[in-house]
Amino acid sequence: MDFVNQLQRKFIDYSSSLHREGIVDDQFTQLRKLEDENSPHFVMEVASLFFEDCEKLINNMAIALEQKQGVDFKQIEECIHQLKGSSSSIGAMRVKNACIAFRSFSGAQNREGCLRCLQQLSHEYSLLKNKLQTLFRVSVASRCLYVCLVIFCRENEHAEPFPDVLVFQLEKQIVAAGGSIPRVH
Amino acid sequence: MDSCNCIEPQWPPDDLLMKYQYISDFFIALAYFSIPLELIYFVKKSAVFPYRWVLVQFGAFIVLCGATHLINLWTFTMHTRTVAMVMTTAKVFTAVVSCATALMLVHIIPDLLSVKTRELFLKNKAAELDREMGLIRTQEETGRHSRMLTHEIRSTLDRHTILKTTLVELGRTLALEECALWMPTRTGLELQLSYTLRQQNPVGYTVPIHLPVINQVFSSSHAVKISPKCPVARIRPAGKYMPGEVVAVRVPLLHLSNFQINDWPELSTKRYALMVLMLPSDSARQWHVHELELVEVVADQVAVALSHAAILEESMRARDLLMEQNVALDLARREAETAIRARNDFLAVMNHEMRTPMHAIIALSSLLQETELTPEQRLMVETILKSSNLLSTLINDVLDLSRLEDGSLQLDLGTFNLFAVFREVLNLIKPIASVKKLHVSLNLAPDLPEYAIGDEKRLMQTILNVVGNAVKFSKEGSISITAFVAKSELLRDSRTPEFFPVPSDNHFYLRVQVKDSGVGISPQDIPKLFTKFAQTQSTATRNSGGSGLGLAICKRFVNLMEGHIWIESEGLGKGCTAIFMVKLGIPERLNEPKLPFMPKVPTNHGPTAFPGLKVLVMDENGVSRMVTKGLLVHLGCDVTMVSSSEECLRVVSHEHKVVFMDVCVPGMDGYEVAIRINEKFTKRHERPIIVALTGNTDKVTKENCMRVGMDGIILKPVSLDKMRSVLSDLLEHRVLFEAI
Repeated sequence: MDFVNQLQRKFIDYSSSLHREGIVDDQFTQLRKLEDENSPHFVMEVASLFFEDCEKLINNMAIALEQKQGVDFKQIEECIHQLKGSSSSIGAMRVKNACIAFRSFSGAQNREGCLRCLQQLSHEYSLLKNKLQTLFRVSVASRCLYVCLVIFCRENEHAEPFPDVLVFQLEKQIVAAGGSIPRVH
Repeated sequence: MDSCNCIEPQWPPDDLLMKYQYISDFFIALAYFSIPLELIYFVKKSAVFPYRWVLVQFGAFIVLCGATHLINLWTFTMHTRTVAMVMTTAKVFTAVVSCATALMLVHIIPDLLSVKTRELFLKNKAAELDREMGLIRTQEETGRHSRMLTHEIRSTLDRHTILKTTLVELGRTLALEECALWMPTRTGLELQLSYTLRQQNPVGYTVPIHLPVINQVFSSSHAVKISPKCPVARIRPAGKYMPGEVVAVRVPLLHLSNFQINDWPELSTKRYALMVLMLPSDSARQWHVHELELVEVVADQVAVALSHAAILEESMRARDLLMEQNVALDLARREAETAIRARNDFLAVMNHEMRTPMHAIIALSSLLQETELTPEQRLMVETILKSSNLLSTLINDVLDLSRLEDGSLQLDLGTFNLFAVFREVLNLIKPIASVKKLHVSLNLAPDLPEYAIGDEKRLMQTILNVVGNAVKFSKEGSISITAFVAKSELLRDSRTPEFFPVPSDNHFYLRVQVKDSGVGISPQDIPKLFTKFAQTQSTATRNSGGSGLGLAICKRFVNLMEGHIWIESEGLGKGCTAIFMVKLGIPERLNEPKLPFMPKVPTNHGPTAFPGLKVLVMDENGVSRMVTKGLLVHLGCDVTMVSSSEECLRVVSHEHKVVFMDVCVPGMDGYEVAIRINEKFTKRHERPIIVALTGNTDKVTKENCMRVGMDGIILKPVSLDKMRSVLSDLLEHRVLFEAI
């Protein structure tokens, strides 16, 4: 049970650190609330869509900035707008701020500045991706553990009564950490 | 003698006397016989002869007399007894008839005589009537002439034409030699020859106005005969010319102010012109009365026509002036409108353009702060951050003020915790105050309600500004903030006579007094405090920065909250007190303030608040689309997603109750889609509710959304609670219009 608690604690600490460091904001919490039994992996789905989108846009922008003939700042601005929209929908605060900074440089048509911003943006994006993926791994791990425990309890009913209390506690901790209880049939 | 029955005449027949008698008798008989013949002949000829009986009688008398004389012819010689008998019979008859006639004539002759008198009388009458006819005809003639002249005079409104026509027509009608008009000069002391009939361009003869002959003419309303020798009649330069009779008449010149109803003009007018008319010298004509009358009538008509012309000139001049003024005003109005439009455009652009770089600067500097920096670099970055925050505040202030003046700012009313606002202000101000070693105390009255309805953000801004000023301008001492509910006797302050607050059951007036012991303000500066950009120039304040807008903005906020703000100070160095009163609402239920913003409590807190509600989401951005879908699915809706406007128009049907569309993507025209959806669904109950999702809710976006017929606008990012409350509001009322 210690392991479970540790895992839970790590999950809670991790998600609060994300908030504290400003990597994600309130919107992310809202998204977490939308997870229920009908869409248990909602946040992960949204996040993967976001990662795909982000990578594509960053690539496009990199290509656009490489052009020797003349940089198409309009296209860059469109990409930034998209990225800003996506990042604010998902609640990625630092990515969003980086987009805002990027926009001012592209508005001023400053190629050097844009390149620097793009670098910053990629850095933020990788940071976000890493953190979120870790978070998902932890949450998935804890859920698997929970499922195992429940199955174990069910299978071993006649053994010493496995404290339902513990299961109940585990449920509580998972919910408190912002996760959702997977249905076990 | 023999015994023949002859009668001897008395006289011998051969006597000469006998002969004469014989001839006379013969002629008498002839005459007597011819007289009735003549009578008959002439009476037959005449149509009227009333006395036929008399005629017969007279005729008989005459015939018998003739017969007598005729028979007398035979008695001059020897005649028989028969003749004598006949003679006697005739004489007897004659005697009878003549006596009868004589008797009758006694009656007849007076009658005949009176006929004669009547005839004479009738002849006289006829002559008199003839005379009168002549008079009437002349009068009619005159009337016709004057009507014609009047017509000619009044057919034009041009002054010169009027006068010229008058002279010409008069000259023609009366066959005048010369006709002239003398007008008074501007000074009124002379008469100047202005118009003549024969001479084309009269040279400017002038005559002094106070000549006796002129006075005589002016004092009478009739045409007056004047001597040809007087100066006004000497128009022709030639000396040998001897004019005929001259007549002068006055022409009243009426001023507009002289017109009164039922008041004959001669009572009130003062200026006259003189019209002089001369008959030809070679004819022996004289001025007749009817001609003089004609002249008088014409003079009056001319007066009226001239005043009409004057009125017309005046009104034309006024109209021209008005038109000029109109044009100038129009131009000024258009210029003002252009200026206002330019200013609004400028503001609309600046609103966006100024904030974007500011965000960039602030974002970048804060990002920079997170990186590894040397202490000097850190200091520099902090300075940059502080300055840019200040600048951002300044920009917000300026834009706010413009919006305030524009009238487009509206308060965001909501229930909030009043105590918390004061505590927050205190927390914000305490660090600065402690640095300056100022003691800040907050005193909230016990009857102050904890929760109130009002614009929390702006109230805090106001209090912060006022307290901040107190701190800024105090070098030492203490600051005390007092807040209480203003009672009715305190509501009317003698210092603010134009402020009449009316307390009611739902509202109360919050009164806040901030007293400081700082530099104070001199009385003449107090009125300038609330005007924007004005700052007192004392040395202490020169370094304190700020744009001078703070108090102006506060005043406008306070005014929006139906309150009043003023500052009292006893003078320089004696500190000052800032007092303001604002109207706040009293929340109805005690548990309501615990809930967030929307005053309506959503009926269903559960996740399936809107089971089966068909919703269409249009968003180009995949991630946002998915997030919005997730929100709506969580609330139980049946969501269809589209990523382009064509797809949206294809898919939308009357089954979809709500359409969410993202309008902040440039290039994709969400407004166009809204218009097309409006066109597609003509009946209002079939049309889905259209809600815009956007990143900024400035006035332009809101106006655009309202213009194309959208029902609501939500600021992204959307939280679950917000979406839930928005949907319940929309479905209840079908209109939302703005959820932040």
